[in-house]
Amino acid sequence: MPFSLLNLKAVSPEIFLILLASFMVLADRVIAVKDLFFWIALVGTALAWWLCRGVVGMHFVAYNADAYGFFLKTVFLLSLFLSVLISPVYADRERFHFGEYYGLLFFAVCGMMFMASGMDLLVIYLGLELMSLSIYVLVALGWRDARSLEGALKYFLLGSLASAFLVMGLALIYGLTGSIALPQIAHALTGKTSLPVVMAIVFFLVALGFKVAMVPFHMWVPDAYEGAPTPVTAFMSVAAKAAGFAAIGRIFLLAFAPAHIAWSQLLIPFAVLTMFVGSILTVVQTNIKRLLAYSSVTHAGYILLGIIAGTKESLSAAMLYLLIYAFMNIGAFGVVVLLQKESGVGEDIFEYQGLSKLYPLPALFMLIFLFSLTGIPPTAGFIGKFYLFRSVVHAGYTGLAVLAVLASVIAAYPYLRIVMLMYMKDPEREISLAPSPSLWVALTLSALGVILIGLYPGSLLSSALYSVF
Amino acid sequence: MIELKIAEFPWLSLIIWLPVAGALLLGLIPRRAEGLIKGLALVVALGDLAVSLPLWFNFDRHFVGFQFVEKHSWIKALHAQYFLGVDGISVLFILLSALITVLCILISWESITKKVKEFYISLLLTSAAMIGVFCALDLFLFYVFWEAMLIPMYLIIGIWGGPRRLYATIKFFLYTLLGSVLMLVGIIVIYFKAGSLEIPTLMQMGLPYKLQILLFLAFFAAFAVKVPMWPVHTWLPDAHTEAPTAGSVILAGILIKMGAYGFLRFSLSFFPKATLGLAVPMLVLSIIAIIYGALACLAQSDLKRLIAYSSVSHMGFVTLGIFSLTGNGVEGAILQMINHGVVTGALFMCVGIVYDRTHSREISYYGGLASVMPIYAAFFMVFTMASIGLPGTNGFVGEFLILLGTFQAKKWATAFAATGVILGACYMLWLYQRVFCQKINPQIARLPEMNLRETVALLPMLLLVLWIGIYPKPFLSFMHVSVGHLLQHVHAAGSGPGLTQLIKEGLHAVFPA
Repeated sequence: MPFSLLNLKAVSPEIFLILLASFMVLADRVIAVKDLFFWIALVGTALAWWLCRGVVGMHFVAYNADAYGFFLKTVFLLSLFLSVLISPVYADRERFHFGEYYGLLFFAVCGMMFMASGMDLLVIYLGLELMSLSIYVLVALGWRDARSLEGALKYFLLGSLASAFLVMGLALIYGLTGSIALPQIAHALTGKTSLPVVMAIVFFLVALGFKVAMVPFHMWVPDAYEGAPTPVTAFMSVAAKAAGFAAIGRIFLLAFAPAHIAWSQLLIPFAVLTMFVGSILTVVQTNIKRLLAYSSVTHAGYILLGIIAGTKESLSAAMLYLLIYAFMNIGAFGVVVLLQKESGVGEDIFEYQGLSKLYPLPALFMLIFLFSLTGIPPTAGFIGKFYLFRSVVHAGYTGLAVLAVLASVIAAYPYLRIVMLMYMKDPEREISLAPSPSLWVALTLSALGVILIGLYPGSLLSSALYSVF
Repeated sequence: MIELKIAEFPWLSLIIWLPVAGALLLGLIPRRAEGLIKGLALVVALGDLAVSLPLWFNFDRHFVGFQFVEKHSWIKALHAQYFLGVDGISVLFILLSALITVLCILISWESITKKVKEFYISLLLTSAAMIGVFCALDLFLFYVFWEAMLIPMYLIIGIWGGPRRLYATIKFFLYTLLGSVLMLVGIIVIYFKAGSLEIPTLMQMGLPYKLQILLFLAFFAAFAVKVPMWPVHTWLPDAHTEAPTAGSVILAGILIKMGAYGFLRFSLSFFPKATLGLAVPMLVLSIIAIIYGALACLAQSDLKRLIAYSSVSHMGFVTLGIFSLTGNGVEGAILQMINHGVVTGALFMCVGIVYDRTHSREISYYGGLASVMPIYAAFFMVFTMASIGLPGTNGFVGEFLILLGTFQAKKWATAFAATGVILGACYMLWLYQRVFCQKINPQIARLPEMNLRETVALLPMLLLVLWIGIYPKPFLSFMHVSVGHLLQHVHAAGSGPGLTQLIKEGLHAVFPA
């Protein structure tokens, strides 16, 4: 492809995001009204999505703005939009409501977008680093709380190790195939799966498995999720996971497609372990953020099944699951933010006791999100699970689907327990809310998304299927 | 090919969505207007009963196949359709569900005092989902209704239930969910084997024998939990006992019928060979349920728990009739499901009536109630007799047909099942004796007699008990054609190799030596 600056248009959303992020970081010194950044972030996110939509189908060197990338960018930008909406009051109280906060979120999303559309390993690696470094800082934004620093440090140390693995895998692949471009790697690997190739795959599995919280590389998840400011937790639980899966999808189903049999066999025990360790550990959690952290491990396990199956349909199911997960998980975190009137308050699940009696509406929202996470119709969570398990069975992995539904029964208990606390017990202590108009908007949007996708998922299903490369 | 008669007017949709619309409307009413909430809920439920009446009058009793059919595309990518219809097996359950919803609202009028609005919303949503289960002719749609019902039911037991309601409701939810998700995998497998989710089309598919066995077991997991069959019945005594009166009535009246309905609609018609192959183990499980449930009744000291265990026993009769695979047996099973819904529902309503007055479910707390509440005692007597299966009541017709059908198929099974009838008389009469006869317990000496609302709620049940008992033909006439067709289909499939043969092969595959 000839190099031409005209083709630069393909990366215009990323350029726009970088410029806007830099502006917000710099202008923070000058602009005293911090709410302005909130509005800039909202409008910027919408604009970025509009730009992404406009460039679908364009290329720029090793950057392919295809439909696959666009679908996942929609997931990133949607999580960014919802996370920004739930931020203001919380960020004000925790004293990080300034331009850098939104700037870092934008940098992270920009990195994710490179991961989703990168067509060579180096671009994906750079995207991953941009995302990770921004999120390390975001996790540490609540530095007045020691847990935040602990989580950030843990995430940073383990994350750097994971990045090192990625670079090692990259070097190995380059040595074996003489290329870092995904299609060329696939071409070079066709018909020869040697031990070094498997080793390289293992390195990639470790590095990306770390990002999506695959067991046994999930150790950082509960600490980082608990320590991070709640809106950041909401953001990273969906967007960072989706970015990890975006890269896994590209690398494993495009570059490593010839070795599918080898890596899928390798991945199966990890996926099963992820589902069961996640669901069983969720059962014993009493801190809502840790609970949702372990639950995100379980959900990563389900999505891994879509990768293992390795068909167009199963990849589209994994993508759709990520989109649905954005609505239900950020929605649930939105309710957590709503209950965090002061620092450290509203994290214990027993503080949800009797919520429906005092505040019926937030309790109803939480009920919808939790039943969606459980996967009960008519919510979107059910559609996501059904489509995912269906594609896994279609690819011939019926046994895995049975294990997955069994794990989902175990995982149901903690969600039901919160519903039980909210609806079936009387309040024992005072609960106060920290509402804001934008938070209500975020909750309403998420709940509407969960219900509407649950009732009429037709067009989303077909657009996910269409988006697979 | 199974014939479909398209509906001229979408009656089934109206029956399903009217309660949903009512529930949404209730959501808009301020929670302080309790009278308005209750009144509106009752009007909606009565309206639902009224619009379900065309099913009774306009149902073509000689038509093989599905009637009142509605078919629209819904989720194209999943090949799921909005596909409704009824046949002789399902039509009576829709009528029963609509009726029971009305009675549940009447019986909860004064006993539900907290979160009144949420209660009636949950009740109407449960009703809609249950009717949807009986109408759905698309497997995906069926599963959506089947699972959606869990949410309001979970809340009904958990919020308005008795002291151990939290334990009971979580147990209920997890048991049912575990069974259902295995069925979900079964549904997906069927879809890829047969290429369709339409139930009428799937009824014609002939799957390989071994696959039929596996799928039968996957569906069995869901249905056996719902029925509930021994040994997965343990959620039922807890859920029944702890649920509020309306919850118990719905559980006993309709919800557990969904399991038996599932056997009839799916297991028999989708997996006829597996059904023939596994009929004997199913009969054995049914007999265990009949005798075990009855013996457990004799040991209960709690009114509701006793009736709950009697459900286990009575549903044993239902599955016995189904897996006898004879015309009389299956028709008796369907009739017995209706009967059990009426009688056990009524018994739970009766218990609810005294529980509202005394807040005690202990049998020993009562005694001599017949002279305190004579009208109530008379009602209870009729339902007791129906539960035992005295001639002249509906219980007799159902149990007689089941035993007759079983006798034609397996004589030994009838011998065991008949002991269940004797034990039934033992525990029900003993219960009646302890509660209504003997010396009057001074604590209950001043209980007020049933009021008009409670009498009105029980009266339809009483009439049904006698109507079905004396002249069951109108009810049985719904079923003849559909049941005959179903059994013809099952027996035409012919049985595969015996079960022992299969187990041997399975073991051989696992341990080659």
